[in-house]
Amino acid sequence: MIQIKDLHKSYHMGSNSLHVLKGINFDVKEGELVSIMGSSGSGKSTLLNILGMLDEADEGQYILDNVPIKNLNEKIAAKYRNEFLGFIFQSFNLINYKSALDNVSMPLYYKGVKRKERTERAMHYLEKVGLAQWSHHLPSELSGGQKQRVAIARALASDPKVLLADEPTGALDTKTSYEVMELIQGINDEGKTILIVTHEDDIAHMTKRIVNLKDGLIIDDSPVEQIRASAHV
Amino acid sequence: MFSRDRWEEILEALNANKFRTFLTAFGVFWGITILVLLLAMTNGLKNGVMSDFGDFATNSMFMWTQSTSKPYKGLPKGRSFSYKIDDVAAIKAQIPNLKYVSPRNQLGGFNGANNVTRGTKTGAFEIYGDYPEYINQQPLDILQGRFISYSDINAKRKICVIGTGVVNGLYDKGEEILGTYVKVNGVNFLVVGTFKMSNSQGDEEQDASTIYIPFTTFGQAFNRGENVGWMAVTAVDGVTITSLKQQVFNLMKSRHKVDPTDDRAIGHFDLSEQFERVSGLFSILSFVGYFVGALVLMSGIIGISNIMLIVVKERTKEIGVRRALGASPWAIKSQILQESLILTILSGMVGISFAAFVIWVMNTILDNVGPVDNFANPSVSMQVIFTALIILIVSGVLAGLIPANSATKMKPVDALRID
Repeated sequence: MIQIKDLHKSYHMGSNSLHVLKGINFDVKEGELVSIMGSSGSGKSTLLNILGMLDEADEGQYILDNVPIKNLNEKIAAKYRNEFLGFIFQSFNLINYKSALDNVSMPLYYKGVKRKERTERAMHYLEKVGLAQWSHHLPSELSGGQKQRVAIARALASDPKVLLADEPTGALDTKTSYEVMELIQGINDEGKTILIVTHEDDIAHMTKRIVNLKDGLIIDDSPVEQIRASAHV
Repeated sequence: MFSRDRWEEILEALNANKFRTFLTAFGVFWGITILVLLLAMTNGLKNGVMSDFGDFATNSMFMWTQSTSKPYKGLPKGRSFSYKIDDVAAIKAQIPNLKYVSPRNQLGGFNGANNVTRGTKTGAFEIYGDYPEYINQQPLDILQGRFISYSDINAKRKICVIGTGVVNGLYDKGEEILGTYVKVNGVNFLVVGTFKMSNSQGDEEQDASTIYIPFTTFGQAFNRGENVGWMAVTAVDGVTITSLKQQVFNLMKSRHKVDPTDDRAIGHFDLSEQFERVSGLFSILSFVGYFVGALVLMSGIIGISNIMLIVVKERTKEIGVRRALGASPWAIKSQILQESLILTILSGMVGISFAAFVIWVMNTILDNVGPVDNFANPSVSMQVIFTALIILIVSGVLAGLIPANSATKMKPVDALRID
């Protein structure tokens, strides 16, 4: 599903240049649930941003579902993001003046799906995350865990190939974190490829594979015995 | 471009901060209100001043005779002369592009003695001897009966058409008017019609205290013979009377043995020239109205632009999220553009409506207090409203342009990082 070869990225600040990714090689197959770990500054967020086409690598190859991702202009990048990727953020990033339902249907809106079908599909995913009865509430009326579940529904709405989650449990307490992970595991069980950036060990061990980054290089990449989040709830 | 979804997106965004939306809209609202009011006031001033010209065909001049100032062909200077009725035919025959040439004679006048009687009632009125064409130069509303006709002229009938002022002075309320007689300087005239001035402003009372009788009858009854008091000459549309009048004067001078260089012998008043001067003044005033109004409007538009910039800044993260979800740069840009456009047009419409209301109030007050000097019926035409709307649309787009561009300038990854 994802193939990355020799990926490099540096940031330039004035005369200083910061080499963040120093040659990443890494493949993800369909249906995998991968966590990317590393201390801050290890380059894990940069890697996720490049995978998410929010940022571009300086060097190297990135192939997503057999489509080489390079020399993107913003218009095409937007299209690919919409078709291939679903984002889950640490701070949820829901649009605060839109109801849960409208938030979930937004990727479909940008995809050009008709209103009626959009609402139906958004409702379907809200049901899936167990928030159907909250569909007309604003984000401010939801708890943190509920917000993240709305965000997950939104990420799923356009039926992307890959879900990218940047510290999805970073702003949640342990119990809620496990609930969210349970949901993510469930989605993965249905075959969706998911990448999670986290620095929490317990969260990482709920995935099937842990990739450890340090100073811009992968130092460890090994499958783990998945711990079901439901065991903790 | 404006689907229901777009509308919802835009209205939601505008609703998200109502007070700010209101303040922003107020700038444009105020600008367009000032613009429309300025133009309406200009128009009111114009209507007021132009009404002094009355309804008289504007492409006209009046000419009369004065005493000569130069001796010519053995005739001394200081000689008085008079136009004759055959001068009219000569002018019509020899000078092209003239629409109407009306010879006129007058009895009585402002502050004149009582000259008209009917039974025991008397009054002082202006008596004019006229040709039927005159009604084309000075529009009159015939209320009853008819105006002078050519058969009256040919038969020298003693008939008259009287104004509402005359009716009020000589008749009781509800009395039958047509078919009665009034006595003008001792001569009986049959009343065949009554009139009022069309769209008269100001001197209505005086205008309507007028009696028209056939020109030929006038000459015979009041001992003027073939003499013509003065003439009202109107040129055809598209040719100004100003460009033709010298030809008319030259012809008159040669027919009455006046030195061609004697400018004092013929007096005239060029209505067209005066009219042009005043309307020129008002086109400048209108321009000033547009100019000042547009400047005020512009400050409103800069306000919108400014606020939209702040809005974009505040919503940087939202825009980042939208882009992560697959919004193309154009989708973001067009949303910002449309928000500013909607805001501009909506507030502009409200401004126009408010200005229309103010104009209505002004007109109501004017109607109640009666005519005011040099100001009447402030109003704007649909054309002005249309222009204002176009200005609004253009400026709405302009106001959104800079913010829309700045909205997509930042990379999504940076936009998402902002808190």
